[in-house]
Amino acid sequence: MMVQVLQYLAAASVLLGAMFGLLAAIGIVRLPDLYTRLHAASKAGAVGSGLILIAVALISTDGAVILRAILGIIFLLLSTPIAAHLLARAAHKAGEMPTVATTIEEIDG
Amino acid sequence: MNGAEALLWAADIAIGLLLLALLLVIYRLARGPNLGDRIMALDTLTILAVGLIGALTVRTGLTLYLDIAIAIALVGFLSTVALARYLLNRAQGEQQ
Repeated sequence: MMVQVLQYLAAASVLLGAMFGLLAAIGIVRLPDLYTRLHAASKAGAVGSGLILIAVALISTDGAVILRAILGIIFLLLSTPIAAHLLARAAHKAGEMPTVATTIEEIDG
Repeated sequence: MNGAEALLWAADIAIGLLLLALLLVIYRLARGPNLGDRIMALDTLTILAVGLIGALTVRTGLTLYLDIAIAIALVGFLSTVALARYLLNRAQGEQQ
């Protein structure tokens, strides 16, 4: 019974994670400039892959596998914001312009 | 439909959705228009690859794949940092 519930939860988690991944990709194609695309890529992408790794942890019976999945989630959640911030900062210094719809820019170029 | 069947069905659909997502990101990687967009597309490719390998782990039950996912996440983060440093250095070199 418990195994069944965990399997249904994992199925829902896998589907939700894949949808987040697809949303990130759609955002990358559709959004107007690098900074808005980074929002879609770093947040939705990391949550999507994190949800799929949660599903792996849910269906696993081996403690080492669960630990590795949780370590992977923590690493993803720590590293993607750092990479996105570094890339946005480098692009701003390189003179990448935000879209014309931007109203506030708080960094002096 | 019991839990195991639902899980296989969900993993199949998830693999399809993630492959579609990878194609969309590859479109952005090819189109650009700047180096920053391409670095971001590469970073997203590695994150989505981690998700795809996770879905494969659920589909096949082979948990060895999880180690590959963690290794790809590590290498992807390091390569994004290195490429961002390259973008920054190139911009500072042009200003001087």
